[in-house]
Amino acid sequence: MRRLGVRVLTAVALAAFILPLAPVGTVAQGAPIKIGFLAPLTGPFAQIGKDMVNGTELFLDEIGRQAGGRKLELIVEDTEGNPATALNKSRKLVEQDKVHVLTGGLLANVGYALAPFIDSAQVPATYPVMAADDLTQRKPAKWIVRTGWATSQPMHPFADWVIKNTKHRKIVTIGMDYAFGYETVGGFQRVFEENGGQIVQKIWTPLNTNDFAPFLAQIKRDADGVLALFVGRLALQFMKQYQEAGLHGKLPLYGGGTTTDESVLPQMGDEALGTITALHYSQALDNPQNAKFAKAFEAKAGKISSYYSEATYTNMRWITEAIKAVGGKVEDKGALLAALRKVEIKDTARGPLSIDAFGNPVQNIYVRKVERVGGRLQNSVIATIPAVSQFYKYKPEEYMKQPLYSRDYPPCKSC
Amino acid sequence: MTRGRVVLAGAGVAALAAAIAPALSAYPLTLLTQAAIVAILAMSLDVLLGYTGLPSLGHAAYFGVAAYAVGILSTDYRRGFLVCLVAGVVLAALTAALFGLLAIRASGTYFLMITLALGMVVWGLAFRWVSMTKGDNGIAGVPRPELGLPWNLGAPLPFFYFALAAAVVAWALLGLLVRSPFGMSLLGIRESESRMRALGYNVWLHKYLAFVISGTFAGFAGVFWAYYNGFVSPVDVQLVTSVETLLMVALGGPGTLAGPALGAAVIVFLKNFVSVYTKRWLLILGAVYIGVILFAPRGVLGAFRRGPR
Repeated sequence: MRRLGVRVLTAVALAAFILPLAPVGTVAQGAPIKIGFLAPLTGPFAQIGKDMVNGTELFLDEIGRQAGGRKLELIVEDTEGNPATALNKSRKLVEQDKVHVLTGGLLANVGYALAPFIDSAQVPATYPVMAADDLTQRKPAKWIVRTGWATSQPMHPFADWVIKNTKHRKIVTIGMDYAFGYETVGGFQRVFEENGGQIVQKIWTPLNTNDFAPFLAQIKRDADGVLALFVGRLALQFMKQYQEAGLHGKLPLYGGGTTTDESVLPQMGDEALGTITALHYSQALDNPQNAKFAKAFEAKAGKISSYYSEATYTNMRWITEAIKAVGGKVEDKGALLAALRKVEIKDTARGPLSIDAFGNPVQNIYVRKVERVGGRLQNSVIATIPAVSQFYKYKPEEYMKQPLYSRDYPPCKSC
Repeated sequence: MTRGRVVLAGAGVAALAAAIAPALSAYPLTLLTQAAIVAILAMSLDVLLGYTGLPSLGHAAYFGVAAYAVGILSTDYRRGFLVCLVAGVVLAALTAALFGLLAIRASGTYFLMITLALGMVVWGLAFRWVSMTKGDNGIAGVPRPELGLPWNLGAPLPFFYFALAAAVVAWALLGLLVRSPFGMSLLGIRESESRMRALGYNVWLHKYLAFVISGTFAGFAGVFWAYYNGFVSPVDVQLVTSVETLLMVALGGPGTLAGPALGAAVIVFLKNFVSVYTKRWLLILGAVYIGVILFAPRGVLGAFRRGPR
């Protein structure tokens, strides 16, 4: 009897596995337009993933989940922040759910991992957040349009701004030891040094750093300022320890946009005051679209909007513009891709947007300073640099002949 | 269930998978492919954990070394499948041979810690040796192998058969190994090291060889993994991959070979199907682990075997 029970159990278990594998029926005409959305919903990046989903949902709700005369259906999948999982989920979205547009994603390695798959599956895709430079530079993918930004894009004009508006010429950089850090610091260093500045020291901190004291102790005290690049928890901790080390107010602090991003800013204190960073968005940006978005997002999510939520909000708007342009006929994938590559929006929450020949937005870069307004910290915009391309003022061909910014490039000549 | 039955059942599952595969759409097929490849990795670890009694937390290292070998050779040097396969497996074996020298001296928790540390070394290399591994960005664009066969391995179905064949080969080879006199002495070492030593067996050498063989097969899995994803990144080498493999073995039943393969399949499907329906899928996975530990401490397949072994 026991044997039999076991056999039955085995059979049931087998059936349970095989059943969901059965192919699903084909979709009827006039069905909703399906949009596949990838975000890390579990693991260390889950909070940011939630912001990304909220931004997307917010825009969809605003337009009543309809565009081009058809319903829009959003299918969200969890990447766990892992490229292999992201690939699996993209296969599921494309091959099983038959999505018409694939979008989302947070980490650079996910962006690189998905690119060959997207090109071979020929599915129109957008990258709202993944910023690794080469995704739209030396290794562009035909079917991917970036609606977000390239990592070094804000840093080129930022370096120029520092040269023109301050007397600081000797800067120490400290940043997270991975590609996002290299491209941020590299972009700044290149323009800064071409305009007469000097990077006098480059410090890289491991991603799992728990104590910044040893790194802060190394900083050359005769420098004019420090450029910091941190994300999430590390940004919080760096700021705190920068103050504890007695550097706050002594060595002016500059940074990449994520260092004071609104996803961490509310948890910072006075130690963040005065930090100047550059990005293509600020929650404090003064325009009617952003006023509306920032308010609606706070009402929906119960926290202030960050660049991650704005990125996915505007990304969804970008996609709907393209859907409208093809009259809802998203089955013509080539036409949809062409439409995605032609979108131009004059009034997004982050300002006017257009797109370059390589599939990266040309957009305003904002120099922001952390101030306390009405009791809470914000990134007040102190300068706007209009219509910045990912190649800054360089010619694309010449720009791409130089190597990708890395740990050792540009080399530190003045260290 | 007796040994013969397990072999029959295993062959049956493989044949069944092969038979229903043409009826499946692309996505379930890619999951089956993934299950087949991860099953090789889990079986390779079973040689250490189940048969020799050595719980390794660094198995992703050999897996990753081979995957990186394929990634680098097939993109930067445009080498074909055979070169990549041999290079991947040999490099994994060499890594295991080197790590084995350091790790085999320890046992129990200390063995866990040493293998964990060695695994982290490989992860560090993958992450920091940017000129070779492209660091955190990973190596993208690994092409599917061209074998000069009439089937295009870029398509999901042929590639699934390819991976399934690899898994069956690995299962057969490892099966022969654990049933050989060498495998029997490994079992002896697991049960009582001192007694085996007293009987005149070279315990160190046996453990060392098991370690190297296990690493070699992990590398074999890594080769297919790189081709399957078309992408290699430090995530493949990280601790989570090692831990997950260990859990697959524990779930399926250590010391059964087919069990860990089953465990691998279960986890792949749980991860990919349950997560579609709920964000709390990790909770369900956790509940499955707890259930197995409480009700079937020797794993799913271990529970089917009667009496002490």
